[in-house]
Amino acid sequence: AALLGSSAPGWIKKQALAPLTVSSVNTASDEVALWPLPQKFQTSVDAFRLSSASFQIVHAKESTAGPSCSLLQNAFRRYYSYIFGNGRKHGKNLENVFDADLAELQVQITSADPECDGYPSLKSDESYQLEVNQPTAVLKAASVWGALRGLETFSQLVYEDDYGGQNINKTSISDFPRFAHRGILLDSSRHYLPLKVILANLEAMAMNKFNVFHWHIVDDQSFPFQSRTFPDLSHKGAYHPYTHVYTPADVKMVIEFARMRGIRVLAEFDSPGHTFSWGKGQTGLLTPCFSGSSPSGTFGPVNPILNSTYDFMTRFFKEVSTVFPDAYIHLGGDEVDFSCWKSNPDIQKFMDQQGFGQDYRKLESYYIQRLLDIVSTTNKGYMVWQEVFDNGVKLKGDTVVEVWMNNNVDKELQNVTGSGFTAILSAPWYLDYISYGQDWKKYYTVEPLNFEGTAEQKKLVIGGEACLWGEYVDATNLTPRLWPRASAVGERLWSDENVKDVGSAYDRLVKHRCRMVRRGIPAEPLYIGFCPHEYSGN
Amino acid sequence: VFPSSAFSFFCQTLLLRVFHEVEQAYAVWPMPQQMSQSTDRYPINPQLLAFSYARDSAAQSGCSVLDAAFERYFNLIFPDFVGLSNIWSEPKPFTVSVKVKNGECDGFPDEGSNESYNLSVSAGQAVLKAESVWGALRGLESFSQLVYQDDYNLYFVNKTEIEDFPRFQFRGLLLDTSRHYLPMPAILKTLDAMAYSKFNVFHWHIVDDPSFPYQSRNYPDLSSKGAFHPMTHIYTQSDVKRVIYHARLRGIRVVPEFDSPGHTQSWGKGQPDLLTSCYKGKVPSGTFGPVNPTLSSTYQFLNGLFKEVTSVFPDSYLHLGGDEVDFTCWRSNPNVQAFMAKMGFGSDYTKLESYYMENIVNITAALNKTSIVWQDVFDYRERIPMDTVLEIWKGVPADYRAELGRITLAGYRVLLSAPWYINHISYGQDWRNAYTVQPQNFSGTEQQKKLVIGGEVCMWGEYVDATNLTPRLWPRASAAAERLWSDEEKTSSVDKAFPRLEDFRCTLIRRGIQAEPLFVGHCKHEYSGL
Repeated sequence: AALLGSSAPGWIKKQALAPLTVSSVNTASDEVALWPLPQKFQTSVDAFRLSSASFQIVHAKESTAGPSCSLLQNAFRRYYSYIFGNGRKHGKNLENVFDADLAELQVQITSADPECDGYPSLKSDESYQLEVNQPTAVLKAASVWGALRGLETFSQLVYEDDYGGQNINKTSISDFPRFAHRGILLDSSRHYLPLKVILANLEAMAMNKFNVFHWHIVDDQSFPFQSRTFPDLSHKGAYHPYTHVYTPADVKMVIEFARMRGIRVLAEFDSPGHTFSWGKGQTGLLTPCFSGSSPSGTFGPVNPILNSTYDFMTRFFKEVSTVFPDAYIHLGGDEVDFSCWKSNPDIQKFMDQQGFGQDYRKLESYYIQRLLDIVSTTNKGYMVWQEVFDNGVKLKGDTVVEVWMNNNVDKELQNVTGSGFTAILSAPWYLDYISYGQDWKKYYTVEPLNFEGTAEQKKLVIGGEACLWGEYVDATNLTPRLWPRASAVGERLWSDENVKDVGSAYDRLVKHRCRMVRRGIPAEPLYIGFCPHEYSGN
Repeated sequence: VFPSSAFSFFCQTLLLRVFHEVEQAYAVWPMPQQMSQSTDRYPINPQLLAFSYARDSAAQSGCSVLDAAFERYFNLIFPDFVGLSNIWSEPKPFTVSVKVKNGECDGFPDEGSNESYNLSVSAGQAVLKAESVWGALRGLESFSQLVYQDDYNLYFVNKTEIEDFPRFQFRGLLLDTSRHYLPMPAILKTLDAMAYSKFNVFHWHIVDDPSFPYQSRNYPDLSSKGAFHPMTHIYTQSDVKRVIYHARLRGIRVVPEFDSPGHTQSWGKGQPDLLTSCYKGKVPSGTFGPVNPTLSSTYQFLNGLFKEVTSVFPDSYLHLGGDEVDFTCWRSNPNVQAFMAKMGFGSDYTKLESYYMENIVNITAALNKTSIVWQDVFDYRERIPMDTVLEIWKGVPADYRAELGRITLAGYRVLLSAPWYINHISYGQDWRNAYTVQPQNFSGTEQQKKLVIGGEVCMWGEYVDATNLTPRLWPRASAAAERLWSDEEKTSSVDKAFPRLEDFRCTLIRRGIQAEPLFVGHCKHEYSGL
């Protein structure tokens, strides 16, 4: 371990940046627990003090961003209050064991376009360099997205001493994410999630450097998305037309709140299965199921044989593509039950006409194909669940295939990337499956690139997602169930693949969860123990 | 003023005619022993609802338990009451008249408390009759669950007759404040929710290996050295008093557990020489094992501690633990070996444990308290007083049934907690397992079955603190609560319980308890916290 004990001149040059070392001898830096662990990290025992009265986070003179960059202005304020608490006062530290104060953190954006008013994307540069030294710390990043990640790291470097003062050690960090897509899926259909819960979890995502909120916004059970074009969808398909919906203003708020934290909002409108709630507000959309020769009164997947279906989808996705600024839309395409299609004589006739025989996967592909063509006209890329790929649907080159089935994950990744498609992995990270004990270890020890394939193929795995499906989850239990279990996934997707020691991860994660608790997130405990500041939310 | 009673009556009639489809049996959880309801419903105007003592009630205004309960239940029945009158509601008064035979209001609930009650709801009034204030509390809870709001937010109650009493006298819930410290609000909120499910014993597993948060008057070092933090992670005497007070007002007993001789690592920090020094070969290894049972100083200390504890906690029961004692440290210690030889115990360390437990049970008996101990104490065939209560915590149904048979055959009273370790979580609707437990389904005489005095839901704290306690407890614990209160035959169908429990969990949410969902669906008023 490269523990640096002196602050001799040339400190950085003398020591090559050793990857993945955490100083552990000094008790002060024992307090520091970075999560996820940065790619390159070097720290010394030299400590500086931060005064809540005078410490500032400011734009560096050379920065291409300035006070007009509201994204950074907000982030400065947010991280100031994470560091000092909300207006907490502490007395002067009488023991003068510190070299000096750290007066400020200068944030320097280096690209000509800092992207202050933009949206994060798959291609955003999230890398940053952080030098903490007296009297000024400097955070450099190409764009605001990297600066946000660096601010989070900076705030995690600050620790409280026994006198309640805030301190930071001399540190040098060079950091970037291992994977570009680091997502959390929340399901607002099985249970409605009040806005407050979604926003709090976006906060927690930023604390763990997640950058994609995969919003599984509608499904069989309810349709809370309020569409301007088709207001009946939520009016009839939500659990309640007023109290259990997301209005356009709500959606905007989520998107902006996420943007401010460098998080993309990836909306999923899953079809042709998982659409029971759509049928309530859109007559004729779903396939009428038959019992013998007469309609049974129940409905199956979207009816793929009617032109009206595609007219509806065209108008609906046109709206969706303007509401959600992200370059991708998730189109679902999973778990289509063929029994209703099979029962319907009109569908059978159509199958004959198309020469599909009895292969209903062909009918599904036919539907998806047409849907993809529709979405393509909106200039969006799309993401789909793995079945769409498995069923041989012709996909655009930039399609992202999400691998969720937990059998043969490696084979599936091999196939998807072998066909030249990008993939994201969620199969090992279905966090709704709870069990007794420390299951975070299971999530932590997943290695996404363990499948057989060329280096080229491995590059096509662009990330992963932790999924918290909503069958048994609502506002009452979502947050403690998600955190810190999802944090394990967060580090797997951000940090170097060699960061995999569960024991040292445990020590850091225990502290990181206490930090989340301190910041108001009810993250549940990993095991026996305590936080200096326990959760007091209720 | 606009509303005339005639107009209001007209609206009322209209609503009744148009919306009669909302009629449903307004369920009470746990299900009362006898309950009949009709579709006749009566409006309740929050402005004109009054709780009152019946003229012939032994308790009258000034009765602390009921005065507080009236205020509490008013707020529970009308969660969004802001003092404004609703012009649409019926301007007729509604009176809840309470009559208790026994006027004792300042005591504590105990094992002999009578919790039965009768409730009769008719036009303009509910008549609640109970033997004691504790029964009246249960009746008020049932009444509060009968009141509902229609789609216009008007309050109604259906014509109802209830005759109710608990199946088991001991219906407990265990919280573990040692593995994680639980801040006071988390404990008080749990007591609130317990009352909603008619639990009546808070088993406070207050200390254990990881920490000793109980601040002792006589041995302050126990918490100042044994708690996670000597100032922020402790229960002061006034905290403990507050818990007991809060529980009493809800008819809940507080039974503390000071588990020994195992599970005592944290005790050793503030009480030198209490724990057995473990040896490695001929020298002390520096680690410590269970309480040292060979020293008279041990018993002096425990006598002092229990004397304090039994004066702080008014309940007639004290839980002494006695579970999971690891003998390896005792075996390693030459002084313990010498003591074993002197006592003629040979190498049977269960005899040493028995010796210890007998001693502390006797200390407890001398303090006029009944001991509860975990089943291990019975399994080691210790000579313990016949009034000791054994608590079964181990095993699959076949195991705990056999143990129920053995313990009751020996004539001891028994509590069942083995099937209700709800800290063990799994995917899906595991409340169903808790619900389908049959505590008296073991081979034994009627006399033996009567010795099953109840059961406990246990929420051990390895993975639980204030962040996740409440949604893990509720409504899963409520499933066990119905098993312990209601008639087993009438509540044998878990599928029939499902919609009632779904409703009840929404009621809990409405009352600010973040009870987790059973399955997909929604509540009219979702939880609004984090």
